[in-house]
Amino acid sequence: MKAMHILREFSRRDRVFDFLVKAVPPELDVSHNIILYLEGLNKSFDGFKAINNLNLYIETGELRCIIGPNGAGKSTMMDIITGKTRPDTGQAWFGQRLNLLEMDEPEIAEAGIGRKFQKPTVFENLTVSQNLELAMSQDKRVWPLLVARLNAEQRELIDEVLTIIGLNALAADPAGKLSHGQKQWLEIGMLLMQKPALLLVDEPVAGMTHQEMERTAELLTSLAGKHTVIVVEHDMDFVRSIARKVTVLHQGGVLAEGSMAEVQSNPRVIEVYLGE
Amino acid sequence: MSPFSIAALVRKPISLLLFLCMISVPAPQVLAEEIPDNDLLDDAWKTLPSKNYNNKAKALETIARQNPPQALPVMKAMLEGQLYYSKHDKALYFLQETGDNYTFSPVFSGEQISQENRRGFKKVKVNNRLRSTIRQLLAVMQLKHKDADIRLAAVQELLKKPEISASHLIKKAVESETDSRVTTAMQTLLAVIQLEKGDETEQRSAIKTLSQSLNSSAMNALRDYQAPTETLKNAAQSAIKKIDDKRDLYAKAETIFFGLSLGSVLALSAIGLAITFGVMGVINMAHGELMMIGAYTTYVVQLLMPNNIGASILVAIPAAFIVAGLVGIAIERSVIRHLYGRPLETLLATFGVSLVLQQTVRTIFSPLNRSVETPQWMSGAWQINEVLALTWNRLYIILFCLAVFAALIMVMKKTTLGLQVRAVSQNRNMARAMGVRSTWVDALTFGLGSGIAGLAGVALSLLTNVGPNLGQAYIIDSFMVVVFGGVGNLWGTLVAGMSLGVINKLLEPWAGAVLAKILVLIFIILFIQKRPKGLFPQRGRAAED
Amino acid sequence: MLLMKIIRSDKPGTWLLAILLVVSIVVPVLNLLVPENSAFHLSTYTVTLLGKYLTYALLALSADLVWGYLGILTLGHAAFFALGGYAMGMYLMRQIGERGVYGDPVLPDFMVFLNWQELPWFWYGFDQFWFAALMVMVVPGILAYVFGYLTFRSRVTGVYLSIITQAMTYALMLAFFRNEMGFGGNNGLTDFKDILGFDLRADSTRIALFLASAAALAIGYVLSRIIVSSRLGLASVAIRDAESRSRFCGYRVENIKLWVFVFSAIMAGVAGALYVPQVGIINPGEFSPLNSIELLIWVAIGGRGTLYGAIIGAILVNYAKTYFTAAMPEVWLYALGALFILVTLYLPKGIVGLRSMRREKT
Repeated sequence: MKAMHILREFSRRDRVFDFLVKAVPPELDVSHNIILYLEGLNKSFDGFKAINNLNLYIETGELRCIIGPNGAGKSTMMDIITGKTRPDTGQAWFGQRLNLLEMDEPEIAEAGIGRKFQKPTVFENLTVSQNLELAMSQDKRVWPLLVARLNAEQRELIDEVLTIIGLNALAADPAGKLSHGQKQWLEIGMLLMQKPALLLVDEPVAGMTHQEMERTAELLTSLAGKHTVIVVEHDMDFVRSIARKVTVLHQGGVLAEGSMAEVQSNPRVIEVYLGE
Repeated sequence: MSPFSIAALVRKPISLLLFLCMISVPAPQVLAEEIPDNDLLDDAWKTLPSKNYNNKAKALETIARQNPPQALPVMKAMLEGQLYYSKHDKALYFLQETGDNYTFSPVFSGEQISQENRRGFKKVKVNNRLRSTIRQLLAVMQLKHKDADIRLAAVQELLKKPEISASHLIKKAVESETDSRVTTAMQTLLAVIQLEKGDETEQRSAIKTLSQSLNSSAMNALRDYQAPTETLKNAAQSAIKKIDDKRDLYAKAETIFFGLSLGSVLALSAIGLAITFGVMGVINMAHGELMMIGAYTTYVVQLLMPNNIGASILVAIPAAFIVAGLVGIAIERSVIRHLYGRPLETLLATFGVSLVLQQTVRTIFSPLNRSVETPQWMSGAWQINEVLALTWNRLYIILFCLAVFAALIMVMKKTTLGLQVRAVSQNRNMARAMGVRSTWVDALTFGLGSGIAGLAGVALSLLTNVGPNLGQAYIIDSFMVVVFGGVGNLWGTLVAGMSLGVINKLLEPWAGAVLAKILVLIFIILFIQKRPKGLFPQRGRAAED
Repeated sequence: MLLMKIIRSDKPGTWLLAILLVVSIVVPVLNLLVPENSAFHLSTYTVTLLGKYLTYALLALSADLVWGYLGILTLGHAAFFALGGYAMGMYLMRQIGERGVYGDPVLPDFMVFLNWQELPWFWYGFDQFWFAALMVMVVPGILAYVFGYLTFRSRVTGVYLSIITQAMTYALMLAFFRNEMGFGGNNGLTDFKDILGFDLRADSTRIALFLASAAALAIGYVLSRIIVSSRLGLASVAIRDAESRSRFCGYRVENIKLWVFVFSAIMAGVAGALYVPQVGIINPGEFSPLNSIELLIWVAIGGRGTLYGAIIGAILVNYAKTYFTAAMPEVWLYALGALFILVTLYLPKGIVGLRSMRREKT
């Protein structure tokens, strides 16, 4: 009888097996106007507390600058958001529904968080336009990748981004040949191709000339609104030129938050960071 | 120890057949030392050349009881088939063969006769039954021998057939016995006899004594024991179980010992690799060949000092370290230096080096295997009790491994070189900025790792044949140990080596040697999936990239 | 059309395919049509040798796909080759039938010798060519899938990966050495008689096998080229150069690695299956870690990450090996060792890299 029952269950036509249902990740939900929640995060490496009870909320469309001395936990925080490192305790949510701690790097990237690294990492043996092509938001499963061809729309998008980052003339050159500043630009371009809801930008102007820096500032400000941008930067002039809201990290936790002027006048901030 | 000694005889396995016929025949009785009776003795001597084995056995018992000075050599000669008698007067002679020459020396009196054949003499024939009788008789006679080892062997011989010996004789022997091993054995023997012949109290105490023993004869005695009462039967049963458990325990201990010795070889061959691979990040596929060089160095040192095999190993240790170390430095300076930061290329280049080294050795020493002689002080075994014997060479290898390891830890922790090595391995540029000559440190570190490979080679040369392929056999195992232990962690290497050795040996009786090895490999492959950084990973932010 | 476009954009590849085509016409002609006493006659021995080189070239191609494009330095690729070879060997073994020494209609000689009464279950079906041909691809593919699935998911990379691939082939070698495995133990599978009913010793069969090897190489090359010039190929290179960066781009690194690895293993298996009938034997020695490392030097000498370089390297090194081991056997290992060292030190891009290096200098 039981076997019959199982058989009947098995042959029911009105439903599909669980493993046949494609697992669709929940959509990004920013109905509360907050795109990133970090709550009570802790992470230590061999006794060293890199992140210490960190709480951070980023609003949708915001351009947030994060500053802090070396070892304040900026890179570790980025690693946690992008899934490279798992915190010991705490919560990290992307919008209302996406639990970042249950996702791995590609899932997080697909969900809409893009990251630019401190040290520019582009794919050096591929050309500039191939770099952009790879970064493009697309079906990244194996078979679709094998049969994928660039269509006109995608080609246009790449051209567009090439123009934005000013690398049009170098499109067919291997990325390894670019200068340091150009690599930074290419990485930003790759982020744009990815069309992320949230951009994490780690030290975008390191090694740039003053002119390049201005253009970067312009670019990042123009991105805010459409995207949410978090910038980690050491260069104070640069931060001042783009910042609307600044968070100061110190010893793995938030030391102060507010406009640049507020932060600069905060005595504790002056003591640990600006006063140096 | 003379080649005639009982101890040598005891080691020879006795066939089952012999054992069975020993059981079925009434045993000879040696009751006590009797008053000398020359007539009786003469008769006995004269019976030996006769054809009737029963008479011979009786005669031998008489001789044993009377115990004249000739008794011992005659019985030993009989066992060896070297007792002859002259055809014309039936006088007994010992035969000594030297090449084509036969020398007959008389047992009692007369002239030594030397001739080219055995004409005129006949062998005193011995069959298996008689041989075992002789062995037992010899054992009784040797209970008072001045060498404790021989006394022990004698008691053990008697244990195989306890009926022969009278308990009062043994009791007397126990009282005057000074060696504790012999005393224990004698008490076991006594208990076995009492178990069969004593009254109930004696039987009870015998069971108690036997339960402490590990001897297989004691075990058999308990198994054969016909208990008169239920209590005694139960006591005997629990004694059997106790002995069984203990023997099991010692068997496990022995397996673990084998495992540790195998593990030491693994650890020893991997420690050098742990330095070059773990500390420097260099994959040295020629590591096995450096071990091979160490082994060949041992071989050459022995060739140079053929009269001092014992000392040659001690000379070979520093020699192998230096030779392998220098070859290592040469490899580092000529090849690896150009490839830092490109581990996969280093792997290929050093593989090329390993091929060249192998072929060089083949050209110099021929492709045939050579063997290194094991020195006297490393042969034999440390007999802890009747079940557990640890062979010296395995024991020395464990000790050698630990010593090398300790020395290495000292070098790394206490010397300037060690400090600089650690500095360079953690941050090359910073170390260079602090004034460390990193190229020099690299060369020396590589030399150190290679030198330790050479030391491993010395150990290997004592275990297996020395041949051009020696290194290949160990390189994969060494890599497994390093990866399993966690790269860059010397302690991890030691623990991994030892545990892999033990796991291997534990699996072996169950799965067989080859399958055990396969299982260990599969285990490591799966282990790496779970913990890609090994047992003891390097932690911290730097290690995450 | 797409295929033509890809091939046309790959000039050295076009040359290579053209040469292959010419060789597969010229070799049979020289062997079958030119009389034996002519100076242009090609002996069947040479044809078989060339066929063997072609299977090696296919193996090198498969290794280049994972080493050159995915950055996985596999030290166990010969295992897939050997597995493919064993699958084919099992078919050939069952074809012997009653012509074996012991004349058993079902059991191969070594099983009769070991006193086995029944055919082990895993030998079932190998009397059918189609089944064996399927297994040639399925068995290495499954091994690669299982191994890759476990390994790539737990992010074992670099030298760790190399070392455990070596452990894999070493374990297989030990396993196949055991008689109990049922693959002929030490001696492996040999004494083959015929394939698909054709006598293996006949010239025409040899030629056919040679042509099959050439065709397999051509197909393997084109498929590999399609992969590497697709976006999947770009992603592979991206993973090779900056694995964690490509994760942040949203690529499932483990899946991409896995499928390219599996494809490569299948190609190696096919190479092994073509190799066995030509050399007439397969034994556990083929699993030896040494073989896997040796094939890397073919790729390295030819130039990795180019596909055609691997083919050139495999043929050149093996030709040199045939020549040296016959002429001066003791020199061969020195030469091979020196090649390893010199190529890694001075020729990181291999022979085909020489051209571009010269171009860069001028």
